[in-house]
Amino acid sequence: MNKNSQTITEKILARAAGQESVRPGDNIWVNADILLTHDICGPGTIGVFKREFGEDARVWDSEKVVIIPDHYIFTADEKAHRNVEFLKQFAAGQKLAHFYPPGTGSYRGVCHVALPEAGHVRPGEVIFGTDSHTCTHGAFGAFATGIGNTDAGFVMGTGKLLIKVPPTARFRIEGSFPAGVVGKDVILRIIGDIGVDGANYMAMEFCGSALAALDMDERMTICNMAIEAGAKNGIIAPDGVTAKWLEGRTGKPYRPLYSDEGAEAAFERVYDAADFVPCVAKPHLPSNYAPARDMRGTPLDRAYIGSCTGGKLKDFVMAARILKGRKVKIPTFLVPATAEVAMGLMTTVVDGKPLVTIFVEAGCEDIAPPSCAACLGGPADTYGRVAGSESVISTTNRNFIGRMGSKSASIYLASPLTVAASAVEGRVADPVKYL
Amino acid sequence: MNSGSGGSIKGLVYVVGDNIDTDAIIPAEYLNLVPTIKSEYEKLGSYALSGLPDSMPRFVEAGAARSRYVIVVAGQNFGCGSSREHAPIALGAAGVRAVVAESYARIFFRNAVATGELYPMESARRLCGSFRTGDEAELDLNAGRIVKVASGDSFELRPLGAVAPVIAAGGIFGYARKAGMIGSAPGRA
Ligand code: SF4
Repeated sequence: MNKNSQTITEKILARAAGQESVRPGDNIWVNADILLTHDICGPGTIGVFKREFGEDARVWDSEKVVIIPDHYIFTADEKAHRNVEFLKQFAAGQKLAHFYPPGTGSYRGVCHVALPEAGHVRPGEVIFGTDSHTCTHGAFGAFATGIGNTDAGFVMGTGKLLIKVPPTARFRIEGSFPAGVVGKDVILRIIGDIGVDGANYMAMEFCGSALAALDMDERMTICNMAIEAGAKNGIIAPDGVTAKWLEGRTGKPYRPLYSDEGAEAAFERVYDAADFVPCVAKPHLPSNYAPARDMRGTPLDRAYIGSCTGGKLKDFVMAARILKGRKVKIPTFLVPATAEVAMGLMTTVVDGKPLVTIFVEAGCEDIAPPSCAACLGGPADTYGRVAGSESVISTTNRNFIGRMGSKSASIYLASPLTVAASAVEGRVADPVKYL
Repeated sequence: MNSGSGGSIKGLVYVVGDNIDTDAIIPAEYLNLVPTIKSEYEKLGSYALSGLPDSMPRFVEAGAARSRYVIVVAGQNFGCGSSREHAPIALGAAGVRAVVAESYARIFFRNAVATGELYPMESARRLCGSFRTGDEAELDLNAGRIVKVASGDSFELRPLGAVAPVIAAGGIFGYARKAGMIGSAPGRA
């Protein structure tokens, strides 16, 4: 081990703090490149900002505060509407360059899918967001972490935040994944192995030859769920796949950083990609890992495909591969994460058919407009919200009691392949035989 | 804002287990409430811990705005899940002054510190079995211990460490002002 070598997370934080190097445990002030907020935490963040900096204060940089309403959009809830209104006024008053309001052509949908789509994520940068799944953006080799309203109010006014440098937990996956294994299976297995606090306060760094074969949508799924192991951030070094994805998305130049050879980690786990299998997380924790084949036959009442974890275009393509020419046995709810994904459902073709046609013919529910929808329950009239003691298999990221709206429901988390196969059987199914 | 600089907290204890997530602390359907609006702050308090299973005793009585309990005793990984600051705020608004957990999820701990809503204390060992909901306890922040009033049993708490100065300053804003990083707060009395 070289004492001077650093991880990608340490290097990004050191640069953002204007320092040569940092060590895990150092408390440092870092400069933010992007502050992301949405309709749930935006109003409170703005409340803190105004209380602390004054009614007429200006945000530190109107190009760097990005507001993406996404949680409670398609609801009659009055407070939800008031909150979006509040954001509209603030964005106009502050002349924010990047605001994506509902009811307009610029509405996007779920912030963690929208942020990179809209070109606000770049390798080597520091992203703070008022949402725990901000760790998603580590998929692009950025340091990205979720913060609360008070910290966000502070960033909004100063562009800086005091943070503790996390130690790195490294997950090296070599080889190639078997058919039917996708990003979701990888992260559910890892969380199952280390537990819901297995990487508490740490940076989860994913590397190895198997990762190189994954596209950005799957890398985002993996980093998205780093928080489910308690991590401060998840991160994957940028490569050619990243660069290609970013082409035409961001006009700004960026400076990627990479872990040094031999950089110290708090712990490292090495996996053979061939050992992964399609799996589920049983109720009521994301760490309740079980291979899908061991859970076969578990009765289900509905299936759900959506969210920042499992509502990207690739997720729907995967589901369509299984649903094509088959019928679902249980109500199957589909929520594209963003307007761009929704558009992709019309324009993307699998075996000669647009995705939307495949879903209609399979008997899925009407496709919802893009938003967080029932991923977090939401107001009573939310699409797909669970009201009783249903068992749900879902591509989302949390299966806590009550998460999808009902405390008596049971939620199984799984990949879009496993969810689609299970929808076809009306019971938990192993997708492998459908591929 | 409940916290100041140290002292002692005396009152009834509410005991929960491991991995109490933010959906249990404040269910998502109440996230339309904005914590910086006073009436909504209070409303959040009335829903604190309402996401716990119905088999648990109510944390806030029906129709009440605040809880009888001022200290929450928990196991590992308290506050896992969402970054919603509504979580420590709901507890603080309900009248909770401290949580004593074996360990915390990162963001909950950070939000508790940044807002100054409550003291996120760590116990040196698991206390879920040592206290029962409804016990009276006295938490001595300076001495770093929590005492069961009825029996006099005393349990050690871990020192706050690096975050102590931030908590002592009343949160991130107070801390940054002390350091001269930002000016005084116009919106505060
Ligand atoms: S889709 Fe779900 S997990 Fe993602 S930001 Fe929305 S509520 Fe959170």
